[in-house]
Amino acid sequence: MGETILSVDNLDVSFQTNSGLIKAVRGVSFDLKKGETLAIVGESGSGKSVTAKSIMQLLPKQSTRIDSGSIVYGGNDLLEYGNKEIEKIRGKEIAMVFQDPMTSLNPTMKIGKQVMEGLIKHNNIRKKEAKKRSIELLTEVGIPYAEERMNSFPHEFSGGMRQRVVIAMALACDPKVLIADEPTTALDVTIQAQILNLMKELQKKTGTSILIITHDLGVVVNMAQRIAVMYAGEIVETGTLREIFYKPKHPYTWGLLQSMPKMHQDQSVPLIPIAGSPPDVSLMHDGCPFAARCPYVMKVCHNHKPDQTQISVTHAAACWLEDDWAPEIKQPEKIGGVSNS
Amino acid sequence: MEVKNLKKYFNVGKKQLKAVDNVSFEIYEGETLGLVGESGCGKSTIGRTILNLYQATSGEVNYKGKNLQEKLSKKEKKFYQEEIQMIFQDPYSSLDPRMTVLEIIAEGIKIHQSNMIGKERLERVYELLELVGLDRKHAKRYPHEFSGGQRQRIGIARSLAVNPNLIIADEPIAALDVSIQAQIVNLLKELQKERGLTYLFIAHDLSMVKYISDRVGVMYLGSMVELASSEELYNNPLHPYTKALMSAVPIPDPDIEEKREQIILQGDMPSPLNPPSGCRFITRCPAAMDMCAKLSPEWTEVEKDHFVACHLF
Repeated sequence: MGETILSVDNLDVSFQTNSGLIKAVRGVSFDLKKGETLAIVGESGSGKSVTAKSIMQLLPKQSTRIDSGSIVYGGNDLLEYGNKEIEKIRGKEIAMVFQDPMTSLNPTMKIGKQVMEGLIKHNNIRKKEAKKRSIELLTEVGIPYAEERMNSFPHEFSGGMRQRVVIAMALACDPKVLIADEPTTALDVTIQAQILNLMKELQKKTGTSILIITHDLGVVVNMAQRIAVMYAGEIVETGTLREIFYKPKHPYTWGLLQSMPKMHQDQSVPLIPIAGSPPDVSLMHDGCPFAARCPYVMKVCHNHKPDQTQISVTHAAACWLEDDWAPEIKQPEKIGGVSNS
Repeated sequence: MEVKNLKKYFNVGKKQLKAVDNVSFEIYEGETLGLVGESGCGKSTIGRTILNLYQATSGEVNYKGKNLQEKLSKKEKKFYQEEIQMIFQDPYSSLDPRMTVLEIIAEGIKIHQSNMIGKERLERVYELLELVGLDRKHAKRYPHEFSGGQRQRIGIARSLAVNPNLIIADEPIAALDVSIQAQIVNLLKELQKERGLTYLFIAHDLSMVKYISDRVGVMYLGSMVELASSEELYNNPLHPYTKALMSAVPIPDPDIEEKREQIILQGDMPSPLNPPSGCRFITRCPAAMDMCAKLSPEWTEVEKDHFVACHLF
């Protein structure tokens, strides 16, 4: 296993809202290794985007509180950085690709200028050089006639093309870490396949570590080597791709995998959904966040939060079922990844 | 229902946008017909044109021996509105935020079953709520008090209020979380079994469409390129676009995904304002021939009940 490049430890993020304090992220820890792709998977409201944005200090300052935890990059805690210091990291060492390519580009600025902006700011190079490099970058991400397209505005590009531009901008300064927050959610499947392929190719070339945030388990399999599953602000299970898909330990992961139809699913067999809906994070109690929807819930789950139990070197789950005292339960027979074809 | 040579053009400035161009298909009673394709392929336009939310440019929509695109008498109109109902994609914008759930569901009953009043109507609303897995005490609440999945259930209850035969579901699960999607799909399937409903299920999620549909039609840039039973289509896709579309969807199973070879299409879908001549898929097709630029491919039945529009066949 390679060396750790980014390490998030015990992160707590809360928001002050009109309806009270919302603890959006609670005790999240993970490591991103050099050159790997780690996926954070979860449903809407599970805190996956908040986690990503707190790494980059992109959350609104007035209403956000980072209560505890550390985000260590290059030996320093990013949370202690001020505006000036984080600006040197943001975009240069750690870059981000956002979900919506329609809104993450400035509609009044030419594409070329937007790509050059970061280059000039971080690399201290001349405009002419920056222009040359920008054309190279746009060609690299697959934009035809890059030299002419430098003068186009974002609205003249399709969604897939815009996402390519955003990726070019993110890669401009050879970042060590790329955070991609739902990079293909707004795109059609054939375009999604293009963009995912592009990201994998670029990773092979540059050795960048990728933290990909998504709700789509197909995208996860396509991209990631390791997975962290988030639910209601907490990481409930982490493991390698195969551990999560073939030997999942947390009932939420079981539910998530089971609720998707397989390509060869028998039409007469109903899907197995997770009952109920995700909890209101502002009303969280002390116990396991999944307790209210868990089919294997026990008394202890309501009052005590389970610790992460290490199952193998790479695999951990936060569930009382992994406790030595827990009763044996029958795991669901066919779990998501195991196709019945 | 039979849709014949349906065309829907929108006027955009001086140009014409051919959103749906010469599409024909049938929906059999009690089946689920899936329509898939990427955004802008015209699948939603078809759904809306069938319901007469859009007036078709030309073509026929025949239902129970009557062309719905012709001028209908008031009585006939009311009859078809009862027979065909719709479930919308966005459960946040398709419910009036200022109406209670009771009012939302009762609205259709008021208009179409005006003899059902007072207690009887209330009972009917309760019955519908319970049918879709909600509680009768939810009737007095407003839409904002519900989650996305629950709102979609309200939308389903509303469409069932007038006892329709055909339900057009336009991306009913696209806005929902994965764990909730399965709940709604199961509900739709149960309702179909109990009440013998017919569905036109419009979606872009291929694995869900395969799971729920008996037959699936694939659309590209306003025309249908392939139509077959869902088993046949997924096991034996013929049109190059269908193949690419299916190959583009990543499979959530590491072992399969590792061995699979992906066909990655180049480029984007051309603008429907300015579609290529001949076959519309020609700009991205890996198997394009000279002939494809000149002639539009015919809609042919290659095997029994397996239709495709491609010069290769």
